[in-house]
Amino acid sequence: MPEHIVKAYDEQLKRLAGTIARMGGLAEAQIADAIEALVKRNTALASTTVESDAKVDELERDIDNQAIQLLALRQPVAGDLRRIVAALRIASDLERIADYAANVAKRAVALAQVAPVRPLHAVPRMGKVVREMVKDVLDAYANRDVDKAIAVWNRDEELDDMHSSLFRELLTYMMEDPRNITASTHLLFIAKNIERIGDHATNIAETIHFLVVGTPLKGSRPKGDMTSFAVVQPKDGGAR
Amino acid sequence: MIDKTMSAEPARTADPIRPPVSVATAPTETPAPGARPKVEIRDLRFFYKSFEALKGVSLAFDDKSVTAFIGPSGCGKSTLLRVMNRIYELYPEQRATGEVLIDGRDMLAPDQDLNLLRAKVGMVFQKPTPFPMSIYDNIAFGIRLYEKLPKGEMDGRVEAALDQAALWDEVKDKLGQNGLSLSGGQQQRLCIARAIAVQPEILLLDEPASALDPITTSKIEELIGELKSRYCIAIVTHNMQQAARISDRTAFMYLGELIEFDDTATIFTHPSNKMTEEYVTGRFG
Repeated sequence: MPEHIVKAYDEQLKRLAGTIARMGGLAEAQIADAIEALVKRNTALASTTVESDAKVDELERDIDNQAIQLLALRQPVAGDLRRIVAALRIASDLERIADYAANVAKRAVALAQVAPVRPLHAVPRMGKVVREMVKDVLDAYANRDVDKAIAVWNRDEELDDMHSSLFRELLTYMMEDPRNITASTHLLFIAKNIERIGDHATNIAETIHFLVVGTPLKGSRPKGDMTSFAVVQPKDGGAR
Repeated sequence: MIDKTMSAEPARTADPIRPPVSVATAPTETPAPGARPKVEIRDLRFFYKSFEALKGVSLAFDDKSVTAFIGPSGCGKSTLLRVMNRIYELYPEQRATGEVLIDGRDMLAPDQDLNLLRAKVGMVFQKPTPFPMSIYDNIAFGIRLYEKLPKGEMDGRVEAALDQAALWDEVKDKLGQNGLSLSGGQQQRLCIARAIAVQPEILLLDEPASALDPITTSKIEELIGELKSRYCIAIVTHNMQQAARISDRTAFMYLGELIEFDDTATIFTHPSNKMTEEYVTGRFG
């Protein structure tokens, strides 16, 4: 696409995309730090991760301001309009993603104070998948790569499946020994937070489709999160 | 006996749900919406001497709708409007080929009565062009060409036209004043009133608001929105935001060709043609 006749317009649009990229980089780092703090039981790292959330929020406000200025002053249409609307949406998804990362970090502090539970390894696996999804979707945004965005969109099912199986596993642990309940409950919430990050990554993928193609992504996303329906019975089946 | 008086026969003729339909008049009744476009242009070519200003343009638009024509200077959008009421025939070196069908009748056909055509297709130009006569006579002038009306009826027609053009309240106490004494926006509305006074079916607006201030422009846009319920309106505008605001369909033209024609919302959110996108987003033109 050639440049606008008004050069300043291009510069403002570039700056907006640049701010999104910076915000995305921060959100990615937040996820990585939160997972590492959890695995290494590093409460100092967890605390800085929680504090860093404010930086992401600030960038979101910056993007909002830039987008509102552009909407008010340039009356954008067509592809330009979609770029600005997409920036607003993506910024709000990234803000949520960073929030969930901060939640994970908060619970990492609590978890560090109790004895570790066995399925801890499943959480970093989920963390790895979600980090890849967020990284890929940000790359897809930077390169306007719809195929890559759709791949992320489809990958969310994998994350949902991991979450479902972890959910069942943790319920079983809690039934086996009530002393596992504290740690398991925190892990459940952490897994849910990671699963939600995946959902926001798919939102961004949908926004990229809208940005590049101009229409919403058709069809319903494959859903793998079945925890809303999961029932795990104790081994004796509760029969007396 | 009872059987006869209670028979279904009288009930059928007085059926309130199904009134009797005369087969002979039925087809001329208003067709189903969208059945036939009000205006259909087919392979229209236009020449200024040897220069081809329109290179085979085909498109159709519906009654009671606003169609906007956008495109850079010299793309042929004003020419297209000028062909629709054959105003170009004032210049001998200009000619058009192809068809401009209004309600299925070719307006370019040699046997077409030009006066009737221009009564049917009203036009308003970029610069207000009131006649140097009273406000009243500006409106009455056109009506007198086609009809001989008693004074009372003529007064009614003049008022109705000024009212439709949202000008009546501002001029009702000075109808005898010269039309040129009005402000630019009022003059333009006077021209619109003059165009609709002869009860046209189609209104062609060539940059009707580009010489006006923003408030007056809004008034004209508001007026176009109201006139849409009665007329088929085609508007040429350099102001893309204006096209986006007031039209139902938008045609993008470039160098005498129709590049894209679609719902206005589509043209301004996700046009399918790259050139359209570059033009509406301000990348060339």
